[in-house]
Amino acid sequence: MTSQLRFDQIRLPPECEKLRQEVRAFIAEEVAAGTFVPDRPGHGDSHNRAFSKRVGAKGWIGMTWPKKYGGHERNFLERFVVTEEFRVANAPVRLHFVADRQSGPILLKYAPEHVKQDILPRICRGELCFVIGMSEPGSGSDLFAAKTKATKADGGWRINGSKIWTSNAHISDYMLGLFRTSPPTNENRRHGLTQFLVDMKTPGITVNPIYQMTGQHDFNEVVFDDAFIPDDHVLGEIDGAWKQATSELAYERSGPERFLETYYVLAELVRALGPNPDLRSAEGLGRLVAQLHTLRRMSVSVAGMLQAGKEPVVEASIVKDVGTIWEQKLPERVRDLSAFLEPEASNRVTLDEQLDFAFKIAPKLTIQGGTTEILRGIIARGLGLR
Amino acid sequence: METESDNIVAETAARIFADLADPQTINRARDASWQEALWRALSDAGLTLAWVPEKHGGAGASLAEGFAILGAAGRYALPVPLAETLIAGWLLARAGIAAPAGAMTVAPARPRDRIVLNADGSLSGISRGVPFAKDSQHIAVLAAGDKGAAIALVKTSDCRVSEGKNLAGDGSDTVTFDRTKVIASAPAPFDASALMLMGAAVRSAQLAGALETILSLSVAYANERVAFERKIGKFQAIQQNLARLAGETAAALAAAGSAADTIEHSDAFDDTVLLEAASAKIRTGEAAAEGSAIAHQVHGAIGFTNEHVLHRFTLRLLSWRDDFGSESYWAAALGELVARRGANQFWPMLASR
Repeated sequence: MTSQLRFDQIRLPPECEKLRQEVRAFIAEEVAAGTFVPDRPGHGDSHNRAFSKRVGAKGWIGMTWPKKYGGHERNFLERFVVTEEFRVANAPVRLHFVADRQSGPILLKYAPEHVKQDILPRICRGELCFVIGMSEPGSGSDLFAAKTKATKADGGWRINGSKIWTSNAHISDYMLGLFRTSPPTNENRRHGLTQFLVDMKTPGITVNPIYQMTGQHDFNEVVFDDAFIPDDHVLGEIDGAWKQATSELAYERSGPERFLETYYVLAELVRALGPNPDLRSAEGLGRLVAQLHTLRRMSVSVAGMLQAGKEPVVEASIVKDVGTIWEQKLPERVRDLSAFLEPEASNRVTLDEQLDFAFKIAPKLTIQGGTTEILRGIIARGLGLR
Repeated sequence: METESDNIVAETAARIFADLADPQTINRARDASWQEALWRALSDAGLTLAWVPEKHGGAGASLAEGFAILGAAGRYALPVPLAETLIAGWLLARAGIAAPAGAMTVAPARPRDRIVLNADGSLSGISRGVPFAKDSQHIAVLAAGDKGAAIALVKTSDCRVSEGKNLAGDGSDTVTFDRTKVIASAPAPFDASALMLMGAAVRSAQLAGALETILSLSVAYANERVAFERKIGKFQAIQQNLARLAGETAAALAAAGSAADTIEHSDAFDDTVLLEAASAKIRTGEAAAEGSAIAHQVHGAIGFTNEHVLHRFTLRLLSWRDDFGSESYWAAALGELVARRGANQFWPMLASR
C-alpha cells in the first residue's frame, strides 16, 4: 500500500511575492495605456510584438535560463508567478509564450553553442515567436506517424511535406519541427524522426491560414517544398527525437495556463453575484473555488518539485488532464449559476459575452498540446498499466 | 513541507497498521479482539496522544507529523478512533487541559450542532454523528459559553449516547449533554468554527489516504485479472478510468496536504485556513465519490463482496464526507467568503501562497 503520487507542499518564497507585485504593477500600467483589456478575452490581438519586448525588458522571458544566453537564472516558482499573473489578466503573451515555455528549453538542451548564442538572447528580449511543427494532415495524436521528410543534402537537409494545426506559424520566426529522416524499424516504430530548428524565412516554406470556429486565426498549414535546413539546425540525435521528450514536457503540461484559460468567467460571476449571493449560488461558487484552488496547489507543487530536481511526470500529466477538463466545464457551471441573476445586473452583458467566447474556445482545451485520451494513456503508463 | 521526522512517525504508524490492522485480517475477524492489541501498540508508540504536549503526557509531535499519521490511517481505512483521539488531544491542549489515557472523541462533529457551557459549568446540547462516541472513554467538547468559546473534557459515561453507525459500520452516535458535569473546562483561544476546520483537515487527510489505497488496489487488480484473454488493465477503457481515479487521488492528496500545511503554519483559524480546509474537504469529498465509483467499476463483482476489502475503503470514503462539514456545507461557506471579499480580491486570495 505505497503511494505513487506525490505532491510536496510548496510555499512560494518571499521573492515570489515581491515579483508578483511588480508584475501586477506592470499589468496595471499596460492596461492603463490601452495595450489590452483584461476582462475582454477574444477582443484585440492575443499577440503584440511591442508588448512582448516590454515583457522581455522586464526580464520575464527566459527567466530560468543561464545569464550567458540572456536568461535571468531565476527559479521555476518565479516563472510560475509571472505566468499565472499574465494568464489571469488575459495579457497578450502569445508571441513569446511558446518560445519561453517549450522551444527555448529544447534549444538550451540540444542546439549547438553558436545557435544558442544567436537565438536564446533574442527570445529573452521578446523578439522571437516560435511555432511547434508536429501534427500533419495524416498524424496528430499519433506523433510518430509523421511523414514529412528531411532528406540529406550537401551541408544540410531538404524538407518536403506539410505540418498542420501550427498555431502562430503566420507570425513565427522559427519552428521546432519533427521530420522523418529514416523509416521506422520493426522493433521501434518511434525510430526515424529528428527534431530541427527551422527559420520560417527559408525559401520553399509557405504558410496557409486555417480559420477556427471562434472566427480567430491561430492555426495554419505549413507547406515545405524542398526547404533547406543547415546541418547545425539539427537538434539532438538524428532519428532519435523520441528519446528527447523529457522533463520539459512536465513544465508544458502542468503550468497555470492549463486550468486558467477560462478563469475570467468565474471572476465575472463573482462580480455578478455581489456580496450576498443566495445559498444555491454560494454553494455552486464555493465548489468551483475549491476545485480551482486545488488545481493551483497541484500546479505549484509540481513547479516546486521540478525546481528541486525531481521528475513528477505523472503528476504533471494529471494537472493537465484534471485542469483542462475543469476549465472546459467551467463555462457550463457559470452559465448554470448565472441563470437566475438579475437581467439588469451591471455586468450581465460582459458575463454573457465572456461566456459566448468561452463556449467557443472550450472544445480546444482538451485537445491542444495532447488530447485527454493521450494524456490518460501517459498516466496509465505511469501507473504501471502499459 | 514534509520532513524526515514526519516520515519516521508515519512509518512507525504504518508498521503498526500493517502488523495489527491489516484490512484483510480485520475483514475476516469474527470478533473485535484485534482492537485491544492495536490500540495498545498505538498508545505505547505515543501515536494516540501525538498532538498532546509532553508536559501533559503526550508525544508532543508536530501537526505535520500528526497529519502524516492520519494519511497512513486513511491508507488502512483504520476502524478505530485514532483520528478522533488525536483531535481531542489537540483541542484539550489548546486550553491547557491534560489529556486522559484511552480513546477519545470530539463534539460537535456536525457544523449545525451547538453545545452550551452553562453558568454552573455543566454542558447542554445535542451532538449528532459523533464518531466512535460509544467506543470512547472521554469526549473533548468545544462549547459556546457566556464569555466566548470554551473547551471542556467530559466522561462519555456522563453523557447520554444513542448508538448509530456510519455506512462502514463504525460508530456515529448521537450524544446528548443534559447539564453534564465536566472534568475540566477552560476558555478556547478561537471561536466555535475552529474544531470544524480542524476536523475537516483531519478527515481530508484520511480521505486522501484511503483514495491512495483504492487506486493501488484497482491498479493491482487490473494488472492481474484476465478477461477476453488479456489483463483488463490493457484495455483503454479501463486505463482511462484508472487515470481518472489517479487524477481524483492526486487532487485529494494535494488539497489535504495544502490544508494541513496551512494549519501548521497559521497562528489563527482565519480566512486563509477557511479557504484551505474548506477546499480540502470539498475536493477530497468529491474525489471520494468519483474515486469509489471507479474503483468498484474496475473490480466488478468481486469488489461488491463482503469478502473483498474494497468496501472497507469505499464505504469509509463515502461516510467521512459527512463528518465535520459536508462538501455542500463548506462550499456555501467558501462561496460566501469569496462573495464577501469581492471579485477584485478573488485572485489575490487564491494566489496568496
